[in-house]
Amino acid sequence: MTRTFLGMPATAPRGVGNLRGEESFPAAARRALGDAQLRRNLRHATTTIRAKSGAVIGELPDWEQLRAAGSAIKADVMARLPELLEQLESAVIAAGGTVHWAADAVEANRIVTDLVRAAGAERVMKVKSMATQEIGLNEALEAAGIEPVETDLAELIVQLGRDRPSHILVPAIHRNRAEIREIFLREMPGVDPALTDEPAALAAAARRHLRETFLSTRVAVSGANFAVAETGTLAVVESEGNGRMCLTLPETLITVMGVEKIIPSWADLEVFLQLLPRASTGERMNPYTSMWTGVTPGDGPQQVHLVLLDNGRSAVLADAVGRQALHCIRCSACLNVCPVYERTGGHAYGSVYPGPIGAVLSPQLTGVPDNASLPYASSLCGACYDACPVKINIPELLVHLRGQAPHPATEAAAMGAAAYTMDHPRLYAAAQRAAGLARLAGRALLPPLNGWTASRDLPAAPPQTFRQWWAER
Amino acid sequence: MNSREIVLGRLRAALGDRPAPPAAVPRDYRPAGALGVDLDLLVHRLTDYRATVHRCPEADVAQVVDEVLGGRRVVVPPGLPRHWLPATVAAVTDQNLTAEQIAAVDGVVTAAAVAVAETGTIVLDAAPDQGRRVISLLPDVHVCVLRADQVVATVPDAVARVAPGRPLTWISGPSATSDIELNRVEGVHGPRQLHVVLVPDGQAGHG
Repeated sequence: MTRTFLGMPATAPRGVGNLRGEESFPAAARRALGDAQLRRNLRHATTTIRAKSGAVIGELPDWEQLRAAGSAIKADVMARLPELLEQLESAVIAAGGTVHWAADAVEANRIVTDLVRAAGAERVMKVKSMATQEIGLNEALEAAGIEPVETDLAELIVQLGRDRPSHILVPAIHRNRAEIREIFLREMPGVDPALTDEPAALAAAARRHLRETFLSTRVAVSGANFAVAETGTLAVVESEGNGRMCLTLPETLITVMGVEKIIPSWADLEVFLQLLPRASTGERMNPYTSMWTGVTPGDGPQQVHLVLLDNGRSAVLADAVGRQALHCIRCSACLNVCPVYERTGGHAYGSVYPGPIGAVLSPQLTGVPDNASLPYASSLCGACYDACPVKINIPELLVHLRGQAPHPATEAAAMGAAAYTMDHPRLYAAAQRAAGLARLAGRALLPPLNGWTASRDLPAAPPQTFRQWWAER
Repeated sequence: MNSREIVLGRLRAALGDRPAPPAAVPRDYRPAGALGVDLDLLVHRLTDYRATVHRCPEADVAQVVDEVLGGRRVVVPPGLPRHWLPATVAAVTDQNLTAEQIAAVDGVVTAAAVAVAETGTIVLDAAPDQGRRVISLLPDVHVCVLRADQVVATVPDAVARVAPGRPLTWISGPSATSDIELNRVEGVHGPRQLHVVLVPDGQAGHG
């Protein structure tokens, strides 16, 4: 368990949560690439969102200045994280809320389960939250006999379809309208059998399905997009109104938040409230943003809890290069521009955090050996860096993490042999002559190296080496 | 050692290299106060996200409410100016109504705290003329009366003007989702119709 190294940065524990896939990225991606419907759905959705996002970003003359500010604010947050968390804790308590600290997923799940039990509830309603997906809260609640109900439309589609999320913002992005209609007809009690696959009709079906749940459920669980250290204010950014329902109607509200979600001051919201909607859903502003500060007597939940989650974040913070992955505001712009994500979809990444940000965040949260193939799930084209509203240098991080990934023994042996050869001039000259002779062998390598030449030609060896040419001068 | 000390201890240990925070965050984006207010832009942005905008003198608000909700039941916050309500609506004032009672009415009429022209956003801050958050959430039709002097140009202007600490709801158009093929579709859990009544400066009565 993580308790072994008290006070030292620790990765997320195994056996709980959804940060580790069951197979490597190449194996999972190969299967996903065979699914033509999946690739059509993803291409359609990512093309749509890229156009929308590009249009509204183009409306702002100061987008680059906002990105620079967002990036600097987050760097400041990471440098001062402990003191900002203490400031946030004081402000939330002063406003009537309760603050809990969770070292890992196991502890966070236990805290939430105990709070739900103390409230005497057998069902909780949930606002879409990456943190609770990460820690496997739904599984933990079900094991404790508590029913979690996902209220975000895409999460509902995933939950009803007994599926896994495949995108940070739109977990059901891999489903098209016809597939969603089929899931609703099969799994939604009392649904109109004449339901069409018009998006408006599907949304209306979800509205009818969840209304009674909103009105009768006494405990809600949310994440948070931002927490303002200065004021103790928490913010949830959403579209459908399910967030407002969960944040307003129940008696008890439990918010689970990764420690990195904090921002120092109220005024910093002016940066992130412009960056997030335009980068994520491609809207000037999302339909609803709720902000609450502790308890407001007579308005909304009267029991307000905040669970501050580490679960590997301290290990990410300990890496001077890697810590910029904690700047992420979960907009998913990097997924939408990634040529790899667009073809493989999110499931291939194995973690709840897919796409380019997942390829750098998941291995750091778990320790690189547990997600060793993810830093290679990229062509290093750099589109993610350009799209990131807080300027996370994802290509730099990918290369950094590749250096930490375990490498096969054959590679180490080959590199060792090359180093030895280059240290010995006679051997090196002989090797170069042999390479020249290899011109006769064609443009492919022999096993076990033929994988590299399966999709590309070996460069032709020159007729003479530089040394030979030099010796003849 | 409790979990608080464990988490804080780990984070302090992780920062053992003492990273320097940025000397100053570069804030050369457009700050609060940089732009004048463009009411036509607000109307365009609201309409673009499927809100319905009515521009009229404050004396005609009741007439607009009649057109939208005449013959139906509405919930209103305790501080709403009564002359905004026509005789044709059955109004119930929210005095600790239950969620079921609020969900049973057809519409809600509120004032607003601030609006952002550039994004078409209205901010409610639960003042007496706006009421508890729940009343503007459960009914299917929301009529929101906005004074021109409550409109600001940009998001930084609005962040500077609203009061932290109050429950805030930022509303940009009717309830919507982008969850089906990443296209925006109006009408999920919140009000499916948003009507904004924009009246000139300083005329809206204060309850």
